[in-house]
Amino acid sequence: MRDAVARAITEAARGRSDVILVVADISPAAALKTFLDENPTRIVDVGVSEQAMIGMAAGLAITGLRPFCYTIAPFSLYRPLEQIRVDLAYQDLPVVVVGVGAGLSYSALGATHHTAEDVAIASAIPNMTVVAPCDPDETEAAMISSFQLSGPMYLRIGKSGEPTLTGDAREPFVLGRIRKIREGQGTAIIGYGPVLAMACTAAEESENGAAIYSAHTLKPLDLDRVDSILADYAHVVVLEEHVEQGGLGMQIRARAQLSKAATQITTFCLPDEFLHEYGSKDDLLQTVGITQDTLALAIRGV
Amino acid sequence: MTNPDRQQCAESSRRRCRRLRRRILEVSQKVEALHVAPAFSCLEIVDTTLNTAMDAPYGGSDSFILSKGHGAMALYVVLEEAGILDPEEVNNVSQSGSSIGGHPDRGVPGVVVASGSLGHGLPIALGIARGKRENGDHGRVYVVMSDGELMEGSVWEGLLLGPSLGISNVTIIIDHNGSISRGEIANVQPNLIPIAPKLAAFGWDVREVDGHDPAALAQVLESATQTAPLAIVARTVKGKGVSYMENQPIWAYRSPTPSEYQRALAELIDPEPHDA
Repeated sequence: MRDAVARAITEAARGRSDVILVVADISPAAALKTFLDENPTRIVDVGVSEQAMIGMAAGLAITGLRPFCYTIAPFSLYRPLEQIRVDLAYQDLPVVVVGVGAGLSYSALGATHHTAEDVAIASAIPNMTVVAPCDPDETEAAMISSFQLSGPMYLRIGKSGEPTLTGDAREPFVLGRIRKIREGQGTAIIGYGPVLAMACTAAEESENGAAIYSAHTLKPLDLDRVDSILADYAHVVVLEEHVEQGGLGMQIRARAQLSKAATQITTFCLPDEFLHEYGSKDDLLQTVGITQDTLALAIRGV
Repeated sequence: MTNPDRQQCAESSRRRCRRLRRRILEVSQKVEALHVAPAFSCLEIVDTTLNTAMDAPYGGSDSFILSKGHGAMALYVVLEEAGILDPEEVNNVSQSGSSIGGHPDRGVPGVVVASGSLGHGLPIALGIARGKRENGDHGRVYVVMSDGELMEGSVWEGLLLGPSLGISNVTIIIDHNGSISRGEIANVQPNLIPIAPKLAAFGWDVREVDGHDPAALAQVLESATQTAPLAIVARTVKGKGVSYMENQPIWAYRSPTPSEYQRALAELIDPEPHDA
């Protein structure tokens, strides 16, 4: 997904002269080579100074540029949160804050590097758009879509090596719209981020199958589509690599209550605790009960 | 600017600042808990920067950030004087129905950057300065900061970063009145003082000046070079101009009573009967 960010930036800068990248010591370095060859001055590396990264991006946006901030997710959002709130959101400036390696991507590095509450935090800020693509293609589309916005976006992505999940999707990526990426009956899985790969595999291997929806735009959430999904399926499974508080599951439950939907809702999310375990991302997801098997059981309605 | 020009300019600035202080006091009679003293502390700095140092202060290629947002009244009255802010708005600052409040908001005429939370202005200024370079614009960014603001870590990120990135088209003016809400910097964080050597060590051109002397301020504001950003440590007095307010922490938070107001006005009378 980080290479998709670099591809999108490279492509965007060919069509417009206002793209600038602001990084804090971390960047998709190899994939950026073409962009930097073509736009050598369009990068600012602030070093290990995330507050300055966001502040500078605000200043760059004030001069009419379209800055993309980029660093590891917890340090792109939590560390400079007040700069994001005041410099970007309060002033409503068009800056994209890319959080790379969100969720449990940095599984082996401990909870300082986990980002399990970012959707809730970013979504609580007025003027903020929050997007969490499920694969590299959605990442690229989200990056390009950001140019439609006049205010800030938090873009929550994985790291590298994520499979393409949306190659066969009939519905295109549209910012602000939930998108069906796999056909199926009975059960709908709705989620966001690369953890949807697990849902795709589980649905593939399940006898009953399941429809899968990418709710890539968490804010503003496509409530009309949530309502229609709640109306169309007997069982809705919400899957997110994020805590329950302020996440998608909670919003869908609230919506179901409001619309008095009779749908059964099952949620998979991260626990309200810091993880002190290590290993691969799948290892950690297993410790919190998110596996292909538990998803398959949910699809079967067990 | 030649010396006689500068002197003449400074004299008119001194008169203007007395008038602006009277105006702030006038507003303070309509608004409770106006931040009078922090505005008096930086009034000459704001006035000289906008009216003397900047090329075309209101909409030209130079930019201004009041990073110490609690000095808002200083900015508002300078903008009002320049015809940018409506006097009615200034009369009703922070009141129900007003569109200007205790801290400058982006979108208020003449305000490019919102402030109120300390430590934000400098990194934003660096971004504007860098953006100007990308856009082929030769403008400079002026940032007025408080000395207490230097306790924020984000300020040091910016201080380190500006010279490291080769950004020279930024001038910061530090309103060094020596006090923060609960007392004296010398007591709370004595190691912050002296300020100037720290800034020099971070790669800034540093000047020290009397922050209530418009001529001296104008001179140091002109002294920016192409090789490093400029930091001006301007020695000031919180509540400057009204004897009973000077260096008294309570005046950061309250408006004078009617009799206190009259006493203050008496101290701010111009030496000659006519105004500049």
